[in-house]
Amino acid sequence: MTRLFSARGWIALAAFAAALLLVVPVLALVVPQGSALHLSQYWVGLCGKFLCYAIVALAMDLVWGYAGILSLGHGLFFALGGYAMGMYLMRQIGLDGVYHSPLPDFMVFLDWKAYPWYWSFTEHFWYCAALVVLVPGLLAYVFGWFAFRSRIKGVYFAIITQALTYAALLLFFRNDTGFGGNNGFTDFKRILGIPIATPQMRVVLFMLSAGALIGSLLLARWLVSSKFGRVLAAIRDAEPRVMFCGYNTEHYKLFVWTLSAVLCGIAGALYVPQVGIINPSEMSPANSIEIAIWVAVGGRGTLVGALLGAFAVNGAKSFFTQAFPEIWLYFLGLLFVLVTLFLPQGVVGALRLLRRGKPAPAA
Amino acid sequence: MSSMAYSTALDSSPPSGEAVYGRMASEGLDTSHGAILYLDDISVSFDGFKALNKLSLSIDVGELRCVIGPNGAGKTTMMDVITGKTRPDEGTAFFGQTIDLARLSEAQIAQAGIGRKFQKPTIFEQHTVFENLELAMKSDKRVRRTLFARLSSEARDRIAAMLERVGLAGAAERVAGLLSHGQKQWLEIGMLLMQEPRLLLLDEPVAGLSDDETERTAELFLTLAGKHSLVVVEHDMAFIARIARKVTVLHEGSVLAEGPHEQVQADARVIEVYLGR
Ligand SMILES: Nc1ncnc2c1ncn2[C@@H]1O[C@H](COP(=O)(O)OP(=O)(O)O)[C@@H](O)[C@H]1O
Ligand SMILES: [Mg+2]
Repeated sequence: MTRLFSARGWIALAAFAAALLLVVPVLALVVPQGSALHLSQYWVGLCGKFLCYAIVALAMDLVWGYAGILSLGHGLFFALGGYAMGMYLMRQIGLDGVYHSPLPDFMVFLDWKAYPWYWSFTEHFWYCAALVVLVPGLLAYVFGWFAFRSRIKGVYFAIITQALTYAALLLFFRNDTGFGGNNGFTDFKRILGIPIATPQMRVVLFMLSAGALIGSLLLARWLVSSKFGRVLAAIRDAEPRVMFCGYNTEHYKLFVWTLSAVLCGIAGALYVPQVGIINPSEMSPANSIEIAIWVAVGGRGTLVGALLGAFAVNGAKSFFTQAFPEIWLYFLGLLFVLVTLFLPQGVVGALRLLRRGKPAPAA
Repeated sequence: MSSMAYSTALDSSPPSGEAVYGRMASEGLDTSHGAILYLDDISVSFDGFKALNKLSLSIDVGELRCVIGPNGAGKTTMMDVITGKTRPDEGTAFFGQTIDLARLSEAQIAQAGIGRKFQKPTIFEQHTVFENLELAMKSDKRVRRTLFARLSSEARDRIAAMLERVGLAGAAERVAGLLSHGQKQWLEIGMLLMQEPRLLLLDEPVAGLSDDETERTAELFLTLAGKHSLVVVEHDMAFIARIARKVTVLHEGSVLAEGPHEQVQADARVIEVYLGR
């Protein structure tokens, strides 16, 4: 029977979980400031951000690596989850905004007198938490329903997802849309009434992100090692054969596509309180392409590769954008070209190849 | 999903054997008139070019029918129409008396009991041989079932038996992409049989096989006939001669000749079509 992980896999996962859920909190909160081992708020925030990206990478790997559906619009689902959480965080500002109005500053600025209808109930945490899941999920479901029914595939599908996220970008850019225009949401003060910018809250958010990542990894691993996962991979490799075996492949694609969007939404919701801002740039087509690059670099269809890719590329990005901001995009482009040419199965694929010492069947 | 109510008319005389007939009725396929597949005046055109031109054909229950014809005659297109891949511009296709194939999706047609082997062997190259058969096996193929599906020991036994039957018992855990061409052809046939189809469509099943493999394929098909209905498209005339009972010759999208193998072989028009090229 297929097990979820090998013994070594479980040990690695337990070590990863312990590092995130024990070591990081201790280094950040217990080890005193000034000690060489102390983890500053900056680092906790940065690592927490990476954890959210890693969830997105996993979600991407599920659809691209396993079902063969290349999405270049996953940033949209991430951003929508972020905006849903952002609405709640805006409500939590209360009267502490610049204008001391119950409305967010940007609405005061627009001379709006009341919240528009679609902001109803957003003062309730659980309502917004539901939106985090439902908005990306529903959008993905409806979009996927039409796309998969019409049998849109490959490059065409990827281009349409780019168009979708771009259209959303333009929509959210407008002030009249009611989501803060190009500034988006920022200046958050509290979450559940608790101040948001404290070291303790940062660690809590970090641990929640770590929990969500580990949960996503277990879920994804369970999915791909079930018969469902084998059907997905079969769809990726020979969809007509799967249909003529009696599987309705649309349903399979729609399920994994929607699930993937929901995971992105959750990641976005955890991301926003940690970085303290959400704006339409998260929906830019380039952002979604970057997500695909993380997975390509790490290795498609491996899950672990998606995690590694997200950490490695974003680590490099943090370094470059500080040290040599002007060359980051060239570096990213070069990385993508090199990986495509020399590591078509990504880092993890190449490592497996080395270990086995013989070529694996092409992905 | 396949919520269509197939009426099961239990009238008239069973055709080729009580046992076979009983099972069919229980599965909702009405073959009370002895035929399992009816194609009636089917036309398909691609950009004005008629790939099928008023094609009519019927296949009896348990029959092994060979379909031959020059390249481009429309043989593959005919299979595409039967399996729902291509929708006919005109004409009707019925599975049994009651199932209108035009109203079903590819997956529903497969579930109704039509299995298909492609001209180019199509298997799941990255899955193991065992997994290929597992995925093909007749089962509830809805998402929520496959999420929680577990292989019963009975299912394992059936897969093991099929591995034996298609000569891949030693290769169960091999990645299917690493099989030889002949093994891939046989794996695909094994996958087809795992679906327990009533009607098998086999598009050039011995293309690229060695003489020995071809002979074993012929034997296999002969044992399948009767339990299943088979439509075999082939170019290999020796193979046709080995298995043929009734032969249909397609030419330019319609039936040129049909009858017992010897009769068709002697038909002047058939000779002209084949030798004229
Ligand atoms: N999808 C398609 N688009 C355009 N022409 C097609 C298509 N499929 C088949 N044809 C044409 O229809 C004719 C019949 O093809 P096919 O059924 O594959 O023949 P056969 O299998 O008998 O060799 C050929 O001339 C082929 O070029
Ligand atoms: Mg053909």
